[in-house]
Amino acid sequence: MRSDLTAPSLPIFAVTGLTKVYSTGDVEVRALNGVDLTLEAGEMAVMLGPSGSGKSTLLNIIGGLDRPTTGSVMFKGEELSGAGDRQLTAYRRDHVGFVFQFYNLIPSLTAWENVALITEVAANPMQPGDALALVGLEGRMNHFPAQLSGGEQQRVAIARAIAKRPDVLLCDEPTGALDSATGIIVLEALARVNEETGATTAIITHNAGIRKIAHRVFSFLDGRIASCEINETRIKPSEVSW
Amino acid sequence: MTGLRMLDRKLVRDLARLWAQSLAIALVMACGVMTLILAMGATRALEETRAAFYDRTRFADVFASATRAPESIKADIAAIDGVSSVETRVVNPVIIEIAGMAEPATGMLISIPDHGEPSVNRLYLRSGRMPEPDRPDEAAIIESFAEAHGFQPGDSFAVLINGRKRELSITGITLSPEYVYAIGPGDMVPDQKRFGVIYMHRSVLEGAYDMKGAFNDISVTLSHTADKDEVMARLDAILKPHGGTGAYDRTDHMSDAFLDSELTQLRAMAQVIPPIFLFISAFLVNMILSRLIALEREQIGLLKAVGYSNSRIAWHYAKLTLLISVVGVVIGAIAGTRLGHGMASLYGEFYSFPFLVFSQRPDLYVISTGVTFAAALAGAANAIAGAVRLPPAVAMRPPAPTRYRSLFSGGSGGFRLPFSQLTIMALRHLVRWPLRTALTTLGTALPVALLITSLFAFDSVDHMIDTVWFRADRQDATLTFAADRPEDALRAVARLPGVIAAEPFRAEAATLRNGHRSRIIQIIASDPDTDISRVLDRDFKPIRLPPNGILLSERLAEHLDLKTGDQVEVELSDGQGRRVLVPLVGVTNSYVGLNANMSREALDRLSGIGPRLSGARVMVDESRIRDLYAEVKQTPAIASVALQGISRQRFKEVIDENIGISITIYVSLAVIITFGVIYNSARIQLSERARELASLRVFGFTNAEVSSVLLTELGVMVVLAQPLGWLVGRGLAELVAKGFESDLFRIPLIINPPTYAVASLVVLGGAVVSALIVRRRIDRLDLIRVLKTRD
Ligand SMILES: Nc1ncnc2c1ncn2[C@@H]1O[C@H](COP(=O)(O)OP(=O)(O)OP(=O)(O)O)[C@@H](O)[C@H]1O
Ligand SMILES: [Mg+2]
Repeated sequence: MRSDLTAPSLPIFAVTGLTKVYSTGDVEVRALNGVDLTLEAGEMAVMLGPSGSGKSTLLNIIGGLDRPTTGSVMFKGEELSGAGDRQLTAYRRDHVGFVFQFYNLIPSLTAWENVALITEVAANPMQPGDALALVGLEGRMNHFPAQLSGGEQQRVAIARAIAKRPDVLLCDEPTGALDSATGIIVLEALARVNEETGATTAIITHNAGIRKIAHRVFSFLDGRIASCEINETRIKPSEVSW
Repeated sequence: MTGLRMLDRKLVRDLARLWAQSLAIALVMACGVMTLILAMGATRALEETRAAFYDRTRFADVFASATRAPESIKADIAAIDGVSSVETRVVNPVIIEIAGMAEPATGMLISIPDHGEPSVNRLYLRSGRMPEPDRPDEAAIIESFAEAHGFQPGDSFAVLINGRKRELSITGITLSPEYVYAIGPGDMVPDQKRFGVIYMHRSVLEGAYDMKGAFNDISVTLSHTADKDEVMARLDAILKPHGGTGAYDRTDHMSDAFLDSELTQLRAMAQVIPPIFLFISAFLVNMILSRLIALEREQIGLLKAVGYSNSRIAWHYAKLTLLISVVGVVIGAIAGTRLGHGMASLYGEFYSFPFLVFSQRPDLYVISTGVTFAAALAGAANAIAGAVRLPPAVAMRPPAPTRYRSLFSGGSGGFRLPFSQLTIMALRHLVRWPLRTALTTLGTALPVALLITSLFAFDSVDHMIDTVWFRADRQDATLTFAADRPEDALRAVARLPGVIAAEPFRAEAATLRNGHRSRIIQIIASDPDTDISRVLDRDFKPIRLPPNGILLSERLAEHLDLKTGDQVEVELSDGQGRRVLVPLVGVTNSYVGLNANMSREALDRLSGIGPRLSGARVMVDESRIRDLYAEVKQTPAIASVALQGISRQRFKEVIDENIGISITIYVSLAVIITFGVIYNSARIQLSERARELASLRVFGFTNAEVSSVLLTELGVMVVLAQPLGWLVGRGLAELVAKGFESDLFRIPLIINPPTYAVASLVVLGGAVVSALIVRRRIDRLDLIRVLKTRD
């Protein structure tokens, strides 16, 4: 949609000096230890890093699921870190799409209904059928999660996340539970959505091969962003070597 | 550290985690235990005390009265096959005058033998002594009356014996098996102040009532092998020439009949209420344990894999069940015992026994513990069997995802029902476990039913008060003459101070027969269109008494197997032995006693003795009531006076007193059940759906929207439970009303809409509170933790 991603007027997210400290008893865990980053509108970012390095913590904070200990998260110029529960709920509802490793579909609703669940309360949603078509599931709309494979379930989760036309799509290990072939189908769906809806997309993964499909790759280490690389040339998900 | 100890630790932690749910279940069990102990303990207390008291005082088996029978026939009666002892007496109603009390009290003056104890219906002396034979003004009185007036031996009061005022000196205070429940004429509840029983020597009463060598009351005890009906028939035959009014047995004896109805009520309570609680606790145990085992299937698999035996695992979960039951039993036993003592002292107020001890024998506790454990284990059995059946390998895998059916979304052809996806989630979950939904609904319906079953009594009593005192017997007082009088006596009554209006009546004892069925009854005759006291038809409309024929109350007509239009054979107990066929012209409504009504014209014709009056019903000017009381006490021609105005008040007082107690008890019981069912069911749903609900929160649904999924589900069950509860409640109320029905009184089945509403509101209130407690947990769901784990 947007041709020029290198010079955006306003970043979607501007994160500065973010820390998150968990104190359980007398042990203090610094999950995030001074993170600065910006995410541009429409960009696709991949986040890599060893287990425990703080990726999920960051994603949860910018997704409005959690609050930082210190630091600031600006979403489209508005401060998120001080928001109350009610505001965060509204923020998630209006602006964020989530995709998780374990799909989190509602087992009592069909694929179509799982998407409709979100579009019913969204301001400017797609048709649930269109969202499912975008991830190639137009033929499975009336199936319940129990009748779908893991990859299909994850694509329903993606359709559900994008059906409200979110500003950001946050994916925490979306392919973590899938085999390579299925993982590629899911990544293709994500790439297509990113292209067609322009949603800023952040993908956490342990698969370094996936880094090539992103505009930018952030590497985490001990609660910090250790490096950020820009891909001059991106590859298609189908070309990812698993 | 042994494995057993580790499992026990798990047990303690499970209990600590599930404490609120466990406590809710334990409380439901406690209610079962409490009501069981209470009902069984009180039943036993009453039954055993009554049996011991009757035995000790030789309470008669058969009773009869006559106008005047010569003492010589006592031998004939004693000779009846099956009769073991006989006591003849002179018994008369009296008006009692007590200093400082305006309204006259009524009493029964009963003779005791001049020498020695009576062989039947002995007295139990509480204090003082029995009267001396040579002192004609000495009397013993029953305890309830003495206590109400603070009488001690040595005090005195006056009675009007055959028109003469007589000062009596109290020598002793006694109890009698005939007046354990001492209720005066025209009263529906005991009024200890206004009803006294007075015992004096036979020779004194024979003199006072001109009954030398005669008696008018007889009681007999029977041998074990006696044929009671045969004895009663022979007794009737012997007494008939002497104005016998028909023998009756203990079932028709006021005091014993009231005791019996109390016992019936207690037994019904023991049979109906504790099972409700036990059933619900079994269901709740099943719910909580099934969920726990479902959550712990991996742990169970692991335990089995490392070599724990099935029986050890089963015992582990059984122990959890038993621990909850122990808490329930302990709370229930303590509450039951304490309330039992309270109940015994409440009985002490109404029933005059020499002693009344709430039974606390250990077997009562053993039985209640046994049935509670059994119910809990029965509820647990199927869940535990599930744990035992789990093969270790399968147990280690997560359960297959639940499959739902595509209901509530409408047809496939693009048509959709107007349900939001959140509502569809709730509804599909409901139908996914139909049995659980049905049981939860039933569990919520039962407290509604319980409330209706207990509260309907007040509607019925209101209706009875309205019918008996505001539609039928509207008089302020009923004056009964010492002997039947000619018609001009009515003018004398009308002239009494304060009397605004008076209606005469004639009462004659008669035997009514239809084929082999017969009944001895008082026929009450009044003027055709009376206004004060009226006979009501089955639609509660006053009936104009026809110049011919007889009207019978519903139950009496049933006893005699008669329908309107049939002929009933009437034989007056006047010793003449004339039998006349009289048409049954209508069936009447009556809640108290068995009634037969005629017009005076018809009864006068039947008796052959010209217009006669037995008494009058009067309306009284409130401001002059004291003058009337004073005059009545002075008037020898008036043998007794029943004060309907005061009865009415006293009845309302007693009922109002009871309303408070029973409403508190039943509302608490209902709230406990509601809480137990709804809270547990909500907690289990929350546990099953925590992940789903947290996901909804992640997607930006508000706490209110997320809670609505759970609350919709609960709401549907609670709403469905209401009509079901009304239906079950009505059914149970009908059983209760039927169970109470006796010849003495009948409770109409009246349930007013507000009663249904109150029952529902209490349960809805309990449900809302339970739901709100669970809602707070939804508000605190940990979103991130849920996302890290898979189902
Ligand atoms: N609720 C919590 N309480 C205490 N410590 C926590 C909590 N949540 C996360 N942590 C700690 O914070 C650190 C960062 O966790 P985070 O989940 O962000 O890691 P991650 O990079 O997503 O790891 P992974 O790749 O394994 O998912 C970890 O050391 C973790 O133990
Ligand atoms: Mg993570």
